[in-house]
Amino acid sequence: MVKVTIWGSLRSATDGQVEVEVDARNFKELLDRLATEYPGLKPQIERGVSLALDGKIYREAWFTEIGPKSEVVLMPYMTGG
Amino acid sequence: MALDSKMNRVFKVVGTRPPRPDGVEKVTGRAMYGADATAPGMLVGRILRSPHAHAIIKSIDVSAAEALKGVKAVVTAADFGVPDDLSIRDVQDNCMAQGKALYHGHAVAAVAANTAAIASQALKLIKVRYEVLPHVTDVDEAMRPGAPIVQEARALENVAAGFSENVTSQCEFGHGDLEVGFAKADKVIERSFTTAATHQGYIEPHACLASMSPDGKGDLWCCTQGQFQVRTLCAEIMGMDASQLRVTASEIGGGFGGKTTVFIEPVALALSRKSGRPVKIVMTRDEVFKATGPTVSSSMDVKIGMTNDGRITAAQAQLRYQGGAFPCGTVEMGAQSAFACYNLDAVHTVGWNVLTNRPKEAAYRAPGAPMAIYAVESVVDELCQELGLDPLNVRLKNASTKGTKSSYGPTFDDIGLRATLEAAKAHPHCSAPLGPNQGRGLSCGFWFNFGGNTCVSLNINTDGTVGITEGNPDIGGSRAAISQMAAEELGVPYDKVRTIIADTNSLGYNDVTDGSRVTFSVGLATIEAARNAIKVMCGRVAKIWGIDEDAVIWEDGCAKPSGANAGDFTPMSIEEIAAISSNTGGPIAGHFEVNADGAGVSFGVHLADVEVDPETGATKILRYTVFQDAGKAVHPDYVEGQMQGGAVQGIGWALNEEYIYGKDGLLQNAGFLDYRVPVASDLPNIETVILEIPNPGHPYGVRGVGETPIVPPLATLSNAVARAIGIRLFELPMSPPKLLKAIRQKG
Amino acid sequence: MRNLHISTSVNGDQTEFVCAPDETLLDVLRNRLGLTGAKEGCGTGDCGACSVTLNGRLVCSCLVLGVEAEGAEIGTVEGLAMGDHLHPLQRNFIDHAALQCGICTPGILVAAKALLEKNPNPTDEEIRYWLAGNLCRCTGYDKIIKAVQIAAAEMRGA
Repeated sequence: MVKVTIWGSLRSATDGQVEVEVDARNFKELLDRLATEYPGLKPQIERGVSLALDGKIYREAWFTEIGPKSEVVLMPYMTGG
Repeated sequence: MALDSKMNRVFKVVGTRPPRPDGVEKVTGRAMYGADATAPGMLVGRILRSPHAHAIIKSIDVSAAEALKGVKAVVTAADFGVPDDLSIRDVQDNCMAQGKALYHGHAVAAVAANTAAIASQALKLIKVRYEVLPHVTDVDEAMRPGAPIVQEARALENVAAGFSENVTSQCEFGHGDLEVGFAKADKVIERSFTTAATHQGYIEPHACLASMSPDGKGDLWCCTQGQFQVRTLCAEIMGMDASQLRVTASEIGGGFGGKTTVFIEPVALALSRKSGRPVKIVMTRDEVFKATGPTVSSSMDVKIGMTNDGRITAAQAQLRYQGGAFPCGTVEMGAQSAFACYNLDAVHTVGWNVLTNRPKEAAYRAPGAPMAIYAVESVVDELCQELGLDPLNVRLKNASTKGTKSSYGPTFDDIGLRATLEAAKAHPHCSAPLGPNQGRGLSCGFWFNFGGNTCVSLNINTDGTVGITEGNPDIGGSRAAISQMAAEELGVPYDKVRTIIADTNSLGYNDVTDGSRVTFSVGLATIEAARNAIKVMCGRVAKIWGIDEDAVIWEDGCAKPSGANAGDFTPMSIEEIAAISSNTGGPIAGHFEVNADGAGVSFGVHLADVEVDPETGATKILRYTVFQDAGKAVHPDYVEGQMQGGAVQGIGWALNEEYIYGKDGLLQNAGFLDYRVPVASDLPNIETVILEIPNPGHPYGVRGVGETPIVPPLATLSNAVARAIGIRLFELPMSPPKLLKAIRQKG
Repeated sequence: MRNLHISTSVNGDQTEFVCAPDETLLDVLRNRLGLTGAKEGCGTGDCGACSVTLNGRLVCSCLVLGVEAEGAEIGTVEGLAMGDHLHPLQRNFIDHAALQCGICTPGILVAAKALLEKNPNPTDEEIRYWLAGNLCRCTGYDKIIKAVQIAAAEMRGA
């Protein structure tokens, strides 16, 4: 199981939980599981999210492997100037 | 792509300052920018813009314009379809108003004619009937229930109740218990701030040359930060296949985020399709100000608690950003970055994005961060003043470091904030004496930095020189940096490498030149492409020598046997290998395609001394020093250039620049005379100190450097002014009339 | 409005063109003579990207009419280098990274050359005030001022 930290405004979709646990080996599985288990997250996931894995921000890399002890943080999809 | 384990490597080319490959073209006037291209039979395109801030377009009569001699095409929204994708529809609506003019300067029609004079005359003949609607340009007013609604039904599901429909999204970040945190504080300060919208202010107005042929093929030349993005947007809007629209990026005369979308390109394509002729559109400066991306303006509340010895116990911010007439997500980045510089047990930020009758916000260097960090750094500074603490020591005490849980969630890896603060503390600037009406200000700054989609094709020419094809427009010397990294990896001299930027049919998709990503991502892809080419070359030499591929290594531009056991062979140089490539298997190349991740975050610290003239309210900057972590500075001149240029844009934001709207909702200062960007005589030298804390996510340790330097100047100058005259303003810009008023009120 | 026939000299070359009475010198240079080194950043004389010399005087070519070139001597960025030999200002701008995007560079070079002809040994402050009409949004001016100083020293033979 992977622990995922959810940002504040999405916590209404996770019954207020700051962290949720899902069974996933990579980002694709993680996003799919999140959308299934917490349907309230689905609109945001479809709009785009980034994921931080052990402090490193990934924008779209589905097949990034997640270890069981990895720190995973869901973040909005971001752009720069 | 991890940092090379042999990071104690001695660089030969990286870190030097060779001349940029496009230098001669640019000092002789030969470089071709957006407005410099022509095509046979070319027409001139001009755009008619709304004189109202908010109005229903009841009808547009173009018949008189079409009848004018020399006019070859007129287009309105009726000439475009309705894209399924909402974000594409927004882009299109911003290029040509669909039913409603949403801001002063919103495009409503366009003409193509034989000459500019005829095109201008034709615009006057277009009759638009408007029904003028109430408008709103202020962020706080726009949020209140009962405010004029800019666009209906655009709010996301995450917006709390109680706001007007103009509030389109809400976000929330943070961790820890604020109540507990504030209870531990000896002093809590809560302040409200506003910042004005500013424009990127690139000196080159948007320009493009579009050519559509009757068989459906199109060519587009334009100044853009991303030709592939332009192709995606234009192909969708025009209903074309991507393969049929070739977009070539001209040399670009500045962008800073403002050239990451399209404004005139779909219009020029539509005019070209309708007229059957190439059409060139060049914006005027007035159009650039009215209808292209300024940044957001903001209204913010920040509350911070601190102990008597300078430990921050809790921090909280509410950010309200207006991004013009279309939804945007900039406030999310502001809310995440606001407290990124601090190691906090309790932190909470909320952000709202708001629609107003202003032009659609476009990215501007670290979008969303400068204003949020300005507010935070102002309150931190005020706490230091109130508690009698040294502002640099307080920041050192609270600075984020490796292992800090960041305000936006993830735990930081190796970062350079502490080292940057230490460098500032040790610098002579920090202890230089100050005179009357003078003050010293300090602020930290932060930006995420991004990677993204990147392709590089590296060809070993038959004479052993190297051609690199990449897809990211060079805004500030990146071709030099890319050539340097290729030369470094291949072990060849810098002047044997030439890097060019490809059109959209010559390379796979590349993300826009944004997010401080080019030297990081394109550099990373170039290094990997070079390694692939080296592998090919070593393989060829192994066959010549009749030994295993593994027994051949690459060093100093030559293939060599890996050791005594591999055999006794004379090393073969890249020139020798290239010369016989047709005998050994054909042309030699390396390429690399990646969606790069691992762009390390970047921190900076700025220090400024100012003198405020109590008679005029004018702020003079006496000394300015920028400290920033670059990971590894590939071409230090251009790293310094980013630090200096970003700082000066931030200085303009702090002191002078602002979008000024009248009660009528019209923009009052759409020109460089009234929208005053810093000029040479406003400024001192901008001193720079580059720190190099290697980014673990890049083979050479490179971090993006372009955006972070615009972040700290806002609070640096506000803090300096506060210490110079004992008056702290809570709004930007701190223009002389505002400061003078504050000085007089104080008496 | 009928076009007018104008005889002038551009970068030392005798040049003739026709233009409308209300056409700017900048448009003439760019659209009729193919000299696109001068840029239009604002069209109102605020940015200096279109700087050229008219009878030795530094002007914004967007504020000069094409017809005013009659009998005059025009100098543009295209006339700075002698053949393949760059002007010291040009070379030092490259060597000292005094340009990033480069759009303001032609105007700044023309303006800096005009300064050094009047004042071969300017202070930093004199350079900053002379170039105050030439906007640069990329560099923060620091490296531009330094490159002008280095070129000036070189031209003085120092």
